[in-house]
Amino acid sequence: MADFTLKINGNTRTADVDPMTPILWVLREHLGLTGTKYGCGKAICGSCTIHLNGTPIRACVTPVSACMSGEITTIEGLSENCDHPLQQAWIEAQVPQCGYCQSGQIMQAVSLLKNNPNPSREEIKSNMSGNLCRCAAYMRIIKAVEIVAKES
Amino acid sequence: MGDQVKSKGLSRRRFIGTLGGGVIFVVGAWKLAPDLFLDEDGTPIKTSSEFEGQKVSVWVQIHEDDWITIYNPSSEMGQGSMTALAVIIAEELDADWSKVTIEQSSTEPDIYGIGWGGRGRGTMITVGSRTVMSYYNNLRQAGAQARYVLLHTAAESLGVPVSELSTEPNKVIHKESGKVMSFGELAKLVKPMDDVPEIPQEQLKNPKDFRLIGKLGNRFDIPSKCDGSAQYAIDVQVPDMVYAVIARSPVHGAKPTLTNESEIRNTPGVVDIVALDHGIGLITTTLELALTTQPKLRVDWSSGNTADDFNSVKAYDSYPEVADKEISSGDVINALRSGVKSYKSDYLNDFVYHAQQEPMNAVVSFSEDGQSAEAWVGTQAPGGNRNAIANVLGIDVSKVKFHRTYLGGGFGRKATSDWVVEAAHLAKAVRKPVKLVWTREDDLQYGMFRPQSLQRMEASVDSSNNLIGWKHIIVGTGDRLMGTGSETQYYSIPNQHIEVRNIDHGVRTKHWRAVGHGPNKFAIESFIDEIATDLGIDPLDFRLDLMKDFPRAQKVIKTVAEMADWGSSSPSGRAKGIAFAERSGSLAACVCELSVDASSGRIIVHKIWAALDAGIVVQPDNAIAQMEGGILMGMSSVLKESVTFKDGKVEQSNFHDYNILRIDEVPDVLEVKIIDSEERPTGIGESGVPIIGGAIANAFASLTGKRLKHIPFTPAKVKSVL
Repeated sequence: MADFTLKINGNTRTADVDPMTPILWVLREHLGLTGTKYGCGKAICGSCTIHLNGTPIRACVTPVSACMSGEITTIEGLSENCDHPLQQAWIEAQVPQCGYCQSGQIMQAVSLLKNNPNPSREEIKSNMSGNLCRCAAYMRIIKAVEIVAKES
Repeated sequence: MGDQVKSKGLSRRRFIGTLGGGVIFVVGAWKLAPDLFLDEDGTPIKTSSEFEGQKVSVWVQIHEDDWITIYNPSSEMGQGSMTALAVIIAEELDADWSKVTIEQSSTEPDIYGIGWGGRGRGTMITVGSRTVMSYYNNLRQAGAQARYVLLHTAAESLGVPVSELSTEPNKVIHKESGKVMSFGELAKLVKPMDDVPEIPQEQLKNPKDFRLIGKLGNRFDIPSKCDGSAQYAIDVQVPDMVYAVIARSPVHGAKPTLTNESEIRNTPGVVDIVALDHGIGLITTTLELALTTQPKLRVDWSSGNTADDFNSVKAYDSYPEVADKEISSGDVINALRSGVKSYKSDYLNDFVYHAQQEPMNAVVSFSEDGQSAEAWVGTQAPGGNRNAIANVLGIDVSKVKFHRTYLGGGFGRKATSDWVVEAAHLAKAVRKPVKLVWTREDDLQYGMFRPQSLQRMEASVDSSNNLIGWKHIIVGTGDRLMGTGSETQYYSIPNQHIEVRNIDHGVRTKHWRAVGHGPNKFAIESFIDEIATDLGIDPLDFRLDLMKDFPRAQKVIKTVAEMADWGSSSPSGRAKGIAFAERSGSLAACVCELSVDASSGRIIVHKIWAALDAGIVVQPDNAIAQMEGGILMGMSSVLKESVTFKDGKVEQSNFHDYNILRIDEVPDVLEVKIIDSEERPTGIGESGVPIIGGAIANAFASLTGKRLKHIPFTPAKVKSVL
């Protein structure tokens, strides 16, 4: 066990955990940031997607010790009032059903549009294909990303 | 959102925003709808102290600031009924929807039950696309009764007869004098009424006058699911909470013996080890410790279980013999023999897994004095769960405070109590709040699956191409789970015999979205197409003829045929297929257009069109979303999903070997049309699932001349038929 100091959503937070603890559990169980979800624990489903220095990572397989030097952004840090353009598009398109995967979907989509503000549908599909949605709200995920891409 | 630890229960943020500041006068429920607290003999129903202490109304609170709180009795697992039920109440109350917030009702089946057997009766359970249709009349009445109280309050205040009053959203209006009172003003004046009568049907709104039902778009829960604030059970944190995982039987029924207990107990951070019938519970101070210690548990498992030698692939070999056993119905036997042509075809479907994105979990706390408990669960069956916890702990159910959270998917898996019972046993051992988490591997390997089955279809036609005999034998494991959807009530076919022949393989089976309708409708709709094709009749025309006594069904399939331009040919290398199904009273039809990548064996679905008649649809856009999701989840099961057993053990362990549909596999077009109707509401959440299997199989046959008869249609299977 050791004290880890982390930069999360612009704040400095500390947690006393084993260095190999996945950042997912540090965020959720130690720091109460439960918007990031556990889905598979093996980086297959994307529900735990967060950003480390602006790059999407799977929190379930990333040890806390690998996050110390970077800026972590979670769904809670994306906007103050759910007003990030993608969050607004998600509401406009009425994307979520059960909603459990949607934090990960949105974080993945934010990264996609940051790197490619006007992706083709094929690029959206390919970039988002690591994020599973069992409710299969996929048509509306595409629609929401396209709403923001169009606006750009 | 800051980084603060969120409050418990559902997201409170929105409620605080709307209710914040000032003291709120609460209209007591007994004033609004006293009959809901009486049993059929007129005796008040005993409610728990928990409920009384909250001073909440049954369905509606009207606040002095004109805001309205409506209570949701259903489990919100993505299907949207949380909003739909509130819309029904708000409609008859004539509420201003922009001033409505929704909160979870308490877990009091006597009050909030689904109404099977009468209003306020039946357990609290969210299953089978039954929520809106089951609550519809009762909640219209609840809304109308609340409106009655407000009208009478206004009449007294204004000194005018009730008959001269009308309502507009959140307002009572006296036209003659031009006086208007807001619901908020009236909330200050409401006095207890001795009796609120049942509002006669003719005084409820005419559907033509609906302001909200059939019109309102947005779901209440969606914003909280876009910023991470929606609370699922797995998100719940309470003081002094410890964590638990369980090592469960690899073969169903096997009993555990832990062989390294002292080593595990000596691990720093291990709180307790609890032996259960089917596993070893491990309780620790942190979740990460539970997860890293779980694989270190060395457990011997007992043998002698029914499933010990179960091999699901080999089991198929034994099914035809069971299906061969003759039936006793002479009429059907004669009809099948006397036809000009007869048909026989076998269809198969593998086990499928719910794969709800939130694995099973629960937080259960047992007080140190052993007198009371508290639970936080994302569940389809809160009523049953609450009883189950009380039973395990040996306390009265009224001593179990039960909090309902959002569900990260349910699909039938969470309509039982197995995982809640586990958590209660663990809490009983340590007398502390325990968060029990199933890993994805636990969730899959100790899953409950949609049954594997063989569908033996036989039919005969007369010289005019009329079906005159029909036999459908279902062989598999899962008993009555396999029977739903085997009826063909919208096809007029005389001389039918439908039968489930169960073989107990000793494995766990469960309702899976649409239950038996997925496999059965796949088999039925494929078989109908086989016959039509053999007779040289267009599959649409063949179905329209079978539906000649059911114009409503005909309209559904005609609608989808128009949407898909059925008569036109597809682009080269593509073909269309059609299918129809009823589920939970709703009628749905589907056309899909696909191609096949012959080198890889992959089926590529390009376009899907669907039509749905679900009677009055409370939230049309959500109904469309449910159809989209149901169709694509159904497509996932048809193209990709398979659980197999070897020596009684599930062979798959996570999403790498249990594949579900990904976004890069969805069609270019998925168009859904809801048919206008003033008939009673029927189920929607599952209606998309049963129509897609037949549509894909029939399109594939149209394209290739070959039939796929074994779900899932994996590339290997596709290549083997081509």
